[in-house]
Amino acid sequence: MSTVEHEATTDVGPGSSGRRWIGTNVPRKEDPKLLTGRAGYIGDLTVPGMLHAAVLRSPHAHARIRAVDTSAARALPGVVAVLTGEEALHHVNPMTSFCAEPVPQHAIAVDRVRYPGEAVAAVAATDRYIAEDACALIEVDYEVLPPLVDPVEAMDPGAVKVHETLDSNVVFHRSIDFGEVEADFTRADHVIRRRARWHRMGAQPIETAGAICSYDPFTHDMTVWSNTNFYNFLPWSFAGMLGVANNRLRMIPCPVGGSFGSKHLINKVISIAGSLTKAAGCPVKFLEDRLDNIAANDNVGCDRSYDAELAVSDQGEFLSLRMKIVDDYGAYFQFAHGQHGNALAQPTGPYRIGSVGYDLSAVLTNKVQQGFFRGAGADPGNFILERLVDAAAEELGIDRVELRRRNFIQPDRFPFTVPTGNVYDSGNYEPVLDRALELAGLESWQAEKERMRQQGRYLGIGLATCQERTGYSASEWWILYDKPPLPATSTPESVKLDVDATGNVRVAIGCPLWGNSPETVVSQVVAEEFGIDPAAVSVGYADSTSGALSAGPGGSRVTIMLSGAARGAAGTIRAKMQRIAAHAMEIDVADVECVDGTFQAKGVPSTAMSMADVAMRAHLFMHDNPAGEASGLVETFTYDHPFSSPPTADRKDMGAFYPMVSHACHIPIVEVDPETGAVTVLKYYVVNDSGTLVNPALVEGQVVGGIVQGIGAALMEEYIYDADGALGTPSFREYLLPSMHEAPEVIVEHRETPSPFTEYGVKGVGEGGRLVAPTAIASAIDDALKPLGVWIDELPMTPERVVEAVASAADRMVTG
Amino acid sequence: MPDKIRISLTVNGVGHDVLVEPRMLLVDFLRDELQLTGTHAGCEQGVCGACTVLLDGETTRSCLLFAAQLDGSSVRTVESLARPDGSLHPIQRAFTENHGLQCGFCTPGMLMAACELLEHTPLPEPEDVKDALSGNLCRCTGYQNIVRSVCAAGRVLATAENGSHPASETAETTGASA
Repeated sequence: MSTVEHEATTDVGPGSSGRRWIGTNVPRKEDPKLLTGRAGYIGDLTVPGMLHAAVLRSPHAHARIRAVDTSAARALPGVVAVLTGEEALHHVNPMTSFCAEPVPQHAIAVDRVRYPGEAVAAVAATDRYIAEDACALIEVDYEVLPPLVDPVEAMDPGAVKVHETLDSNVVFHRSIDFGEVEADFTRADHVIRRRARWHRMGAQPIETAGAICSYDPFTHDMTVWSNTNFYNFLPWSFAGMLGVANNRLRMIPCPVGGSFGSKHLINKVISIAGSLTKAAGCPVKFLEDRLDNIAANDNVGCDRSYDAELAVSDQGEFLSLRMKIVDDYGAYFQFAHGQHGNALAQPTGPYRIGSVGYDLSAVLTNKVQQGFFRGAGADPGNFILERLVDAAAEELGIDRVELRRRNFIQPDRFPFTVPTGNVYDSGNYEPVLDRALELAGLESWQAEKERMRQQGRYLGIGLATCQERTGYSASEWWILYDKPPLPATSTPESVKLDVDATGNVRVAIGCPLWGNSPETVVSQVVAEEFGIDPAAVSVGYADSTSGALSAGPGGSRVTIMLSGAARGAAGTIRAKMQRIAAHAMEIDVADVECVDGTFQAKGVPSTAMSMADVAMRAHLFMHDNPAGEASGLVETFTYDHPFSSPPTADRKDMGAFYPMVSHACHIPIVEVDPETGAVTVLKYYVVNDSGTLVNPALVEGQVVGGIVQGIGAALMEEYIYDADGALGTPSFREYLLPSMHEAPEVIVEHRETPSPFTEYGVKGVGEGGRLVAPTAIASAIDDALKPLGVWIDELPMTPERVVEAVASAADRMVTG
Repeated sequence: MPDKIRISLTVNGVGHDVLVEPRMLLVDFLRDELQLTGTHAGCEQGVCGACTVLLDGETTRSCLLFAAQLDGSSVRTVESLARPDGSLHPIQRAFTENHGLQCGFCTPGMLMAACELLEHTPLPEPEDVKDALSGNLCRCTGYQNIVRSVCAAGRVLATAENGSHPASETAETTGASA
């Protein structure tokens, strides 16, 4: 069992600031429907007359489609529509893409398949069983082409091209120096050089992606139920893809059974269900099965090789960081290189480093495309940086804790601008480190390590001190382009709040339930602002016709943004109620206060009017209200990004685009068996600083969940493609996820350094666990195997890789 | 298409006498035929445990059985746990009190697996929970709070005045709405 202690380091927080609900463990509002099986996930929904879709997928990594014969499938009783890629284009347009390069992508492949599992045809039938039977009856004539599996080989100018429309498989290359990189390296006393490899992993939510599309051919209305995130952010992009007018599109959210970044768009399922409803003339559901999701969705995270250097002075001062990166994007470039914009928000971590050189080659191969996965590109960024820091500690003979301490940005330097131009709002790193060292009780673990060494066993103590950039502005997606296709800068979040005539508060939020707790957060904020009980606040979900703009959960933003939107809406309505109450009491509005859900003359409780008293006046008694005050109490409030700025034209200053920066120190304790390669995480200590905590128990849940995903990233999770390009991990039997047995006891504590940029000082926290745990575990394995000369430069460290690393270290020792 | 097969079974205390296709999986029968959509299909190959139900009191992957195999059986799903008056089962209460769920997709399977464990091991240690529930994958929570929830539920059930067992806590006829 873990313990959680909360130490407010400032005067912001419950108790100290007089806050009643922010900072308390209010019971989670979302739970009852989830616990009782009444959530209504996309798979649970049924629409009258609905058909079910199944998809035929390519067995080949790379092939030309010569012909598709669907006649037998069409003839099967129960089959209503069958579409090849070309036929689907009669109903829908190519999928939305955020890249500037000509890399068109269709939900069902046209002419050519470019990764194993790419859709070749789709069927709508009266049930899923029949739809799958029909898929088996479709004959595809493939001309198999050589697959590109290795990104370095794909970079060869003579290599087969994944897309004929491109000059090269290097779909994007850019090299930027932020600051005086050359000069900083020239004056350095030491240059620490390391290579590192971060393999392809995926989000793997237990619920797959799905959509029901229902098209009315007479009105041209399209209704979409789905587990996408972007229905209130980019609904027009879905409309464009589906070939309908945006004002004819209604997108209805469903609770999401896990996303971890993988369900921002889910264009493929929406396009497939959308083309089939148009072809069939009735509603169609397409819900991915596990193979569909692993092999072909937007699940996949980064796949990077780093060549990195850290310039360091004799005193251990970090001067500059330079890295050359090859990132295997797979077959398409739908989301462009946003994962690198993301990493560039915090390339220098919590350290003062004067300059950054970044050279990126984004390469296309015959694998499923990259999407976004918790960490979104900053996960390998933290890995390479922390590995360089540990390498510097070793090479300079400086203790790894002391070296970090020497280079931490000091608390009086905030807001702090990093070399790329992003701004860190606030932070206080040494107390986090100090407390983590204390919490872990390192002395007793050191003694245990010695004791185990006597028995020939290897215990390792990991350490990582990392950033979690939270609350993105849209520029991370396009910031590396000179001429971006959509240089958007807004990431709004809206809520609609109304107080009905009986004084009850109802809020409709623009974002979906993604496994986080938006209903609870909003009810806490509204309760705080009106002085009422959060249990009394009703929270629902607004669809895309509501006008509630919402970029939704992602980039660890939604608690920051929802807090801002809910507080804004509550403040506007409260002010109106104060005006009405003042009018009724015949006093000045400045003399009215809102206390515990009532409105009273300041300091005179006997004058109190209840919420219901004021609300009934607002709704039904216009002649008793101030002149010009519109009836009703309803407000849609849009909270925009609280602190962002655009990049410069040369991109040498990217502007502030991810400025609420959380921080954490992780100390995992592992045992490594060098003979079997097994790594067991024995215990895990965390001190986390995510600014003001709205609900500490829920924050702890996010941190622990992220850590266990990070343990997966460090030890077992990987997409494996063989030399022929076949996917070797198409199910949970091969793509391994941590189970209860791999999950250690995690002890979490919090510090609170509030953000000066946000309402209440909230920072984000959704990705932090997974942003730090992989590199912390790498350092723990390293520490365990140091006596054997092992250096960890690759993740995941599967048992095979551990054994190999031990063997090659032994070889080096013999030959060296 | 082969002929449908007639089966009689009890689901959450309600009897059903139905014709099913031989190849229809139990999970699809529950979800599509009985509209009991609380049982979730995560992987359809018996790995993730989201579809776990109690079959004659024992945890079973409903994605690995055909409905046609269940003539004469009794099935219990997550819909049987809470009462119609809105009171949660003690195990469900323990999950919410200990934040043992986030997205909730794996939760019904976890709850049913916990029911079986607590039936046999009323006061489990964390290691007992890990052994019993390690076949249920959760991608959100990191498991710690699930283990905590199940241990806490055991304590509550063990001290309950009526001395009720996890399954008998269930109202026989609740939740089933076929």
